[in-house]
Amino acid sequence: MQLTTEQVRHIAKLARLGLSDEEVKTFSTQLTNILQYVEILGEVNTDAVSPTNQVTGLANVSRSDVLHGNSASREDLLGCSELPVEQDQIRVKPVIE
Amino acid sequence: MDLLQLSVEEMSRALREKQCTSVELTRAYLAEGKRRNPELNAYVLFTEEEALAQAEAADRRYAEGKSLSALDGIPCALKDIFNTRGVRTTCCSKMLERFVPPYDAVVVEKLRAAGVVFLGKTNMDEFACGGSTEHSCFGPTMNPVDPATVAGGSSGGSAAVVAGNMAAFSMGTDTGGSIREPAAFVGCVGLKPTYGRISRSGVTAMASSLDTIGHFTKTVGDSAMILQVLAGKDVMDSTTPDVPVPDYMKNIDKGVKGLKIGLPKEYFAEGVDPEIRDSVMAAAKVYESLGATVKEVSLPFTKYAVAMYYIVMPAELSANLARFDGIRYGSRPKQEGESIIDYYYNARAEGFGAEIKRRIMIGTYVLSAGYYDAFYNKALKVRTLIKQDFDRVFKEVDVLLTPTAPIPAFKPGDKINDPLAMYLADALTIPANASGVPAMSIPCGKTSAGLPIGMQLLTPQFTEGLLFQVGRAYEKAKK
Repeated sequence: MQLTTEQVRHIAKLARLGLSDEEVKTFSTQLTNILQYVEILGEVNTDAVSPTNQVTGLANVSRSDVLHGNSASREDLLGCSELPVEQDQIRVKPVIE
Repeated sequence: MDLLQLSVEEMSRALREKQCTSVELTRAYLAEGKRRNPELNAYVLFTEEEALAQAEAADRRYAEGKSLSALDGIPCALKDIFNTRGVRTTCCSKMLERFVPPYDAVVVEKLRAAGVVFLGKTNMDEFACGGSTEHSCFGPTMNPVDPATVAGGSSGGSAAVVAGNMAAFSMGTDTGGSIREPAAFVGCVGLKPTYGRISRSGVTAMASSLDTIGHFTKTVGDSAMILQVLAGKDVMDSTTPDVPVPDYMKNIDKGVKGLKIGLPKEYFAEGVDPEIRDSVMAAAKVYESLGATVKEVSLPFTKYAVAMYYIVMPAELSANLARFDGIRYGSRPKQEGESIIDYYYNARAEGFGAEIKRRIMIGTYVLSAGYYDAFYNKALKVRTLIKQDFDRVFKEVDVLLTPTAPIPAFKPGDKINDPLAMYLADALTIPANASGVPAMSIPCGKTSAGLPIGMQLLTPQFTEGLLFQVGRAYEKAKK
């Protein structure tokens, strides 16, 4: 398993992560080492094993749709953004041209 | 009375019996924190004014005989991943360097309601990713026992403030060992409770199927007292099962007579420092002398835990950190770029450090079409086998005793350029997160170089009471 710099750039694009040329080179080696290490899992026969997504055994947890006493206000939450806020919305660059 | 040496249990008694005040305690810990912080870099923020106001309020309650709980007026420190209303919470990332949360984490609310005083926020690896606190945008935390070595991580700051007498106790998070490994490195008690025992609402998520909240204390009894206040179902965290919270002090002095203690042979295998192995074996002898039966057991899938973890954890991390895009949360980049896509690239390039980028890359890769089954799904199946190891072994024995970390505290820079070497420091702590069982690290001696050694106790899910009982027996025997 060898991760090329081209693959690294593709993954970075999927993750919306800007990488410098230097980082692309370093990650190509480091990620290859990590992926080679995890290949050890290939030794384990998991044909008859079901996956474990969580360990609580809980399913379909629901609660009534009411505000929690300590909830932040709309203004407080909008205030978490460093971008301009207009009409209760955050102004961003155009998503669709 | 040396206020800095007291356990929480002793402090609580001293406050009740008016032998000291919360203001005295708070001032003493703040002064010691400020004195040692230039060298140790354990705190990233002191909240002195708020702390003293809280302490004064606690003292008024004691004067009126109306204390809120056994923890009323006790000064604590919070890992900088717990949201605190109106107080900067950075996760030690440039991404959140200016973030001031609009609400408290549920744990913070509970501690506040119990009257606990907050001294400040502690250093950590960025977004809790690392084993040495070297991946913090504030620089590493050094070990109070030997400041030439690291305090471990990711909750390194919270470990250092307890071992260094800079707080009475502290809060941390543990996803693969981030409480237990630093506790072992600095020589204090570190508890990772059962998955779902403490609400995570308001604590920034790292890997959601593994993340737990826990704490650092000087003693096992203190650990029990604090869990008593924090445990329980919470509607804001749907992974908290409705399991009753027992009285953790009830059986804590019952001893270990008749208990079966298992030593999993895989935890003493190659790669474990011989001095650490010997110390833990000596602890096993102590338990035998106290009337417990000790036997070797096997958890055969242990050796796959690190590989499993370094697929599942980055997968979940990459999804959780997608929210940091510089729009709703996260710093606005200096270079915004032309398009919204450029904006994302730049916000995340500027905001995240190298280890976070590395893990987001792995996570994105193992979740991508074509690799999902080979990596992610395979890892989830191996996780099942690791969990079944525990289910089976706990039919044979009541509790497991192991080393906490295979190595003692190392020097900064030793592993920073070799991610895999750093990851292997978690080899003995990851399985508890994978299976959801509670685990606690307790000091059990020192290496010939004078560095602390930690032993790890593990019990079945939701049996923290047993964990405290077994831990306390050792602590008393060693006194």
